[in-house]
Amino acid sequence: MSEAVAPAPLSGHPSPTETPGFWRIYIFSRDHKMIGKQFLLLSGVMLVCGGLLAMLMRWELAWPETPLPLIGASQQFIDGGETQTAMDKTWQEWLAQDETEQNWLARNMPTGAVTPTFYNSLFTMHATIMIFFVVTPFLVGGFGNFLIPLMIGAGDMAFPLLNMFSFWFTLPAAVLVLYSFFVPGGAAAGGWTMYATLSAKAQYSGVESGVDLWILSLILLSVASLMGSINYITTIINMRAPGMTWFRLPLTIWSLFVTAVLLLLALPVLTAALLLLLFDRTMGTSFFLPEGGGEPLLWQHLFWFFGHPEVYILVLPAMGVTSEILSTFSRKPIFGYHAMVLSMIALALLSWVVWGHHMFQSGMNPALGTAFMLTTMVIAVPSAIKTFNWLGTLWGGNIQFTSPLLFALGFVSNFVIGGLSGIYMASAPVDIYVHDTYFVVAHFHYVVAGIIFGMFAGLYYWFPKIFGRLLNEPLGKVHFFLTYLFFNTTFFPMYFLGVAGHMRRIYNPMQYEFLHPMQEWNHFITYSAFCLFLVQLPFCVNLVWSLLYGQRATANPWRANTLEWSVSSPPGHGNFAVTPTVYRGPYEYSSPLVTEDWLPQNQALNAATITAR
Amino acid sequence: MLRWLPEDVSPYGAGIDALFHLIYILTAVVFLTVTAFMLVFVFRYRAREGRRAVYTHGNTAVEILWTVVPTAIFIWLGLLSKSQWESIRMTMPLSDTMIRVTAKQFNWEILYPGPDGQFGTSDDKQVDNEIHIPVGRPIRVILSSKDVIHSLFLPNLRFKQDAVPGRDIQAWFQANKPGKYEVPCAELCGFGHSGMKGWLYALSAEDYRQWQREQWPQHSALPTGTEQEYADE
Repeated sequence: MSEAVAPAPLSGHPSPTETPGFWRIYIFSRDHKMIGKQFLLLSGVMLVCGGLLAMLMRWELAWPETPLPLIGASQQFIDGGETQTAMDKTWQEWLAQDETEQNWLARNMPTGAVTPTFYNSLFTMHATIMIFFVVTPFLVGGFGNFLIPLMIGAGDMAFPLLNMFSFWFTLPAAVLVLYSFFVPGGAAAGGWTMYATLSAKAQYSGVESGVDLWILSLILLSVASLMGSINYITTIINMRAPGMTWFRLPLTIWSLFVTAVLLLLALPVLTAALLLLLFDRTMGTSFFLPEGGGEPLLWQHLFWFFGHPEVYILVLPAMGVTSEILSTFSRKPIFGYHAMVLSMIALALLSWVVWGHHMFQSGMNPALGTAFMLTTMVIAVPSAIKTFNWLGTLWGGNIQFTSPLLFALGFVSNFVIGGLSGIYMASAPVDIYVHDTYFVVAHFHYVVAGIIFGMFAGLYYWFPKIFGRLLNEPLGKVHFFLTYLFFNTTFFPMYFLGVAGHMRRIYNPMQYEFLHPMQEWNHFITYSAFCLFLVQLPFCVNLVWSLLYGQRATANPWRANTLEWSVSSPPGHGNFAVTPTVYRGPYEYSSPLVTEDWLPQNQALNAATITAR
Repeated sequence: MLRWLPEDVSPYGAGIDALFHLIYILTAVVFLTVTAFMLVFVFRYRAREGRRAVYTHGNTAVEILWTVVPTAIFIWLGLLSKSQWESIRMTMPLSDTMIRVTAKQFNWEILYPGPDGQFGTSDDKQVDNEIHIPVGRPIRVILSSKDVIHSLFLPNLRFKQDAVPGRDIQAWFQANKPGKYEVPCAELCGFGHSGMKGWLYALSAEDYRQWQREQWPQHSALPTGTEQEYADE
């Protein structure tokens, strides 16, 4: 594919002479840059929602069955007839409709405290939102859309209309999943893994249409992912600028390409499983219900056959972004480019044969467990290779401590902790004990919540390209250090809880005598989690202030090599005035060929220098 | 960190805990090494005026080294785990005590076969959430569920096994120290999941016979002899 040719102008685009209206620019846009921004905005909003759900959970775990401060206190005042302050009056009005059972707040937190069913909805929806509506829309939808054409030197995506539909399927999916909180019976409460038979019959979980809406929402999202991934794959294969060979692609693009292939193959499996579950729930079939000849473990096999590739769908783009940023700010070529690419491909391939490690204790034949244990041990190798290559990139660099670099280092640090803790669970005998405990919760938060560091790294890095202004650096550093601190104080003690045997998904740890000594840690984690939430404030301030008054960005504020930095910030319509020609790989920093410490991919060197090379 | 592990009273728990410790040491060493390298590099190679980064695209020998060494370690760990796993899960010691645990929302139903040792006879006895077992003997468990998936978790016995509706799952555990141990459900099973728990009473031979006599008082055939005699029956 080294002879990839620039595409003809795309029919889906308005010609430069025609001025598109508001709707065409901001709402039903077919421009990959606007669609990227739409995804970023959506996932930002969903991140706040998912975070708030986590805060409610942390309150409940630290002070079980205790009314929440504001709601609870006002309730006490109402009961005591001491409603004097304006605040209490507001709450009194809010709670006055309680008796009719119409009030949402009163239903889910009758005395100001979270109910067990509502708690189950909280962790189910927290995971659903964070996995499906934050990480993937941000990294794949947002960065993927914005960066793929710009980094490969194309004018837009291969299928702009399909791209627009991809967003307009994701948005209703997000609305549905949030709306499900407000239907009778509340939101889905079976865990994001939605294990049958709990999920297959309304009577088991007490949740009725909430689960159906959850299923419909994820089916919509699957369709959106399908459209997005076909588009990404086609674009990357066919629309690379002349000279942009496969091994000159930035690692961000490689990671998005591998992710798109995984999305294309994994999401249909989920869709099929979801449809079967919907049939069981609504049409009386018994795919997963044993009384009709079904098999509950079938759901787990289908779910995790999708679910483990999904883990790499989440983490691969963050790995790509991290590689990009570490190389740029070390002013040094990425260490082991080919090893980085091959390890991503290895992760993608191996991710299809490890799903059974989620099921060691499920009743699956233990001999199968042995097989999955060995494949799982092997998948740790490519992750280790990536980590060592990141270290190799830092070695001998000229490292600039910018916010993107700090967040990228934070991602590596979290990924190391998260990855290493996976080994405990990969060892099936140890998994007997740690399975379904907070050890698992700590592990996947270090991996998946750790991805947020990759997201922030990318946002600080590409913000000037996307919005034309730079984020404030000192505020960014404050944001990083506080987030890193409280991230670790929140999630690391969860390993301690797990070692003590603290089960996950329990509403009140104090119901178990053997967990009483660990409750202090639950307090500590909750305080840390609240702090983690609050220290995002500097970022919000930075975001709003910089969008309005931030320093205007030049085309290449970081002196980076990849093609997106060769055009103005933000890039104009059609991205490239002239289709760029690519002469070299993306990470030629500190090359001896030039005096500067960077050498853009599209910069032609004079013939004498090239011969000398 | 591992001091928070609950006391182990099982015959195979020492093996699990040893593996836990081994992985702990291994991962701690790797974590500290990687972090130390990262901090040293970040400090040592911080940007300075007039410096230029080393221009290198990598080193094949190093790549091979850090591919082969982790692979060897992981395969070794996998094989270590494999032998333990198979001895715990794929072999079942001979046992003269059998119980049936049926999970339901939100209780453990414990069915004892009674003195005749057979399920489905008139001397079967069913109680909720209380498991009485003799200490020091392997107990065979037939685990099933009436509604959703539950998971029988015995932290002190290093035992965990999901109970799946539509299946009878055979498992075994053993307590080597008399005592009262908590039996939580470890798999989300609905709104009452939190608080679904029972107690396991591991009784000395004498206490166990006493308990049996209380449960089946009219049964004259109940053994009254020594533990050894009972085992011989």
